[in-house]
Amino acid sequence: MPLRNLILLLLGIAALIAAPLGQGNYVIYVLCSWLIFSIAAMGLNLTLGYAGQVSLAQAAFMGIGAYTSALLTMAGWHWILAAPAAMALCFVIGLLLGYPALRVQHHFLAFVTLAFNTLVFLVLRNEEWLTGGSLGLVGIMRPSFLGFDTMPQIHFYYFTLVVFLIVAALFWGLVRSPWGRAFRALRENPIRANSLGVDIRRMTLLAFAIGSSLGGLAGALAAPLVQFIDPPAFSLVHSLKILLMVVVGGSGYFFGPILGAGLVIVMPEFLRFTEGYYLMIYAATVLVLMIFCPTGLIGLGKRIAGRFKGQRVRADLKQGAQL
Amino acid sequence: MTMHVQTAPTATPVLSVRNLSKSFGGIKAVQDVSFDVQAGEILGLIGPNGSGKSPLFNCILGQSKPDAGEVHVNGRSVAGKRACDLNKLGVGRTFQMLQVFPQMSVLENIILAGQEHHGTMFSRLFGAPDAGLTGEAEKLIDFFRLGHLKDELAGSLSYGQQKLLDAAMAFMAGPSLVLLDEPAGGVNLTMLESLKERLVAFNAERGSTFVVIEHNMEFVMSLCTRILVLAGGRIIAEGPPEAIRSNPEVIEAYLGG
Repeated sequence: MPLRNLILLLLGIAALIAAPLGQGNYVIYVLCSWLIFSIAAMGLNLTLGYAGQVSLAQAAFMGIGAYTSALLTMAGWHWILAAPAAMALCFVIGLLLGYPALRVQHHFLAFVTLAFNTLVFLVLRNEEWLTGGSLGLVGIMRPSFLGFDTMPQIHFYYFTLVVFLIVAALFWGLVRSPWGRAFRALRENPIRANSLGVDIRRMTLLAFAIGSSLGGLAGALAAPLVQFIDPPAFSLVHSLKILLMVVVGGSGYFFGPILGAGLVIVMPEFLRFTEGYYLMIYAATVLVLMIFCPTGLIGLGKRIAGRFKGQRVRADLKQGAQL
Repeated sequence: MTMHVQTAPTATPVLSVRNLSKSFGGIKAVQDVSFDVQAGEILGLIGPNGSGKSPLFNCILGQSKPDAGEVHVNGRSVAGKRACDLNKLGVGRTFQMLQVFPQMSVLENIILAGQEHHGTMFSRLFGAPDAGLTGEAEKLIDFFRLGHLKDELAGSLSYGQQKLLDAAMAFMAGPSLVLLDEPAGGVNLTMLESLKERLVAFNAERGSTFVVIEHNMEFVMSLCTRILVLAGGRIIAEGPPEAIRSNPEVIEAYLGG
């Protein structure tokens, strides 16, 4: 890693460590939400941004993860076991949801996943014996690790931060590995990828399964953060919100969904002083960004950086065209 | 009369097609076609539009299921094999339409073309990001004279350069058989010479076997060691380029007076 990037990385982590210091409970809660939604959006970024498979069901996987981990912890499991169990369940269900993607693509696939999200919502609401129905689950405990109790808000933030950093590091490795290259090949040209030996069936299913398990992990963090979960928190509108995070941030870029989640979660808070207008201003900002920069904030940043550095010239054109 | 083209029975042919037929509705696209391709050959497949070249390619490559007949690559049947399995059996291909990954660098395109042949699922997840292929990929890129462009996005290359890259990708996994669907289509003359020369060099150095569909007669006649002519889904002629050029049936059906 170049020294400059290492310094930027350390500064970034230092900023994340310093962020909650001296802040009230509510601000820390918003910061926690940002990190948690970043994890969910990273998962969707793998499915959508890297592998090119549209999914409108990420909130459903957060729901499955939240309910699974909440039920298990309430039954006496430690979070450190309950969360992987929730992720494993989401992995398997994500694998199954990937099967339609082998047959249908784009907006058809969007509808399949949209229907799945609705189905999960209905199961969470109607199966009262398990999920508590519309009343949800109350009294979810926050975990404690070898004496480090996450009950205080700031402790919970650091717990979330550690999980976030581990996930981000693993995700960074994944998208840079040959798997990541195969996912991008699947997005750009599945037929060609297949002819080069990439098992596109396997990679499509894995893109859904891994993306979904990150949704599940985000859910397993959201449940102890709020300590209360109910079905509307995982409805379709939240899947659209996570999709917005990925697209606004920059789909297919590592930092895209993290920035996007920041914008989608933090900006409404900043705009609260405008009272009744904040949602309108927020919507208009997103609209303008999407019209002028469909590649999201990362794309916008690259464009601005390009202005300063000047356009790159293709290597063989510096000396005039040869071929 | 159905013409069965047989070459001298030597070692197992790299590609063996036996009595292959394929119909679409009432149209018989490929009718009882049989031929062998021996190791090291460059076989040209020519014929007018609609003569059944592409359906034949698709049946060989497992992209469509033949109604009758068999295809063997290195003695193994390809029936029921997916494109990715065929690639693992040593079959490389290029497409009629240009097919590179525009958002990846030239180097990454080539590494992708080789990575599935190295290591396991596990090592591809936890091992080196380039699957240890950078050196080999750079050699191949240099071989196709794209060395100065290796870090450029494939989408930013000229059409001819992308065509070279496309061909290079088909060779990365060291295939024993490469099927090239109109490699010369839309490529300018200078580039075409370069492409031909590289294909010949590859054939000479590594003994790879090619089957080439092509409409550019100059290109096909100077590249191929043997030519098959298809018309109406059947093989109407077979032989070395000079013989094909002067074959009256071929002139009538395809080349024109």
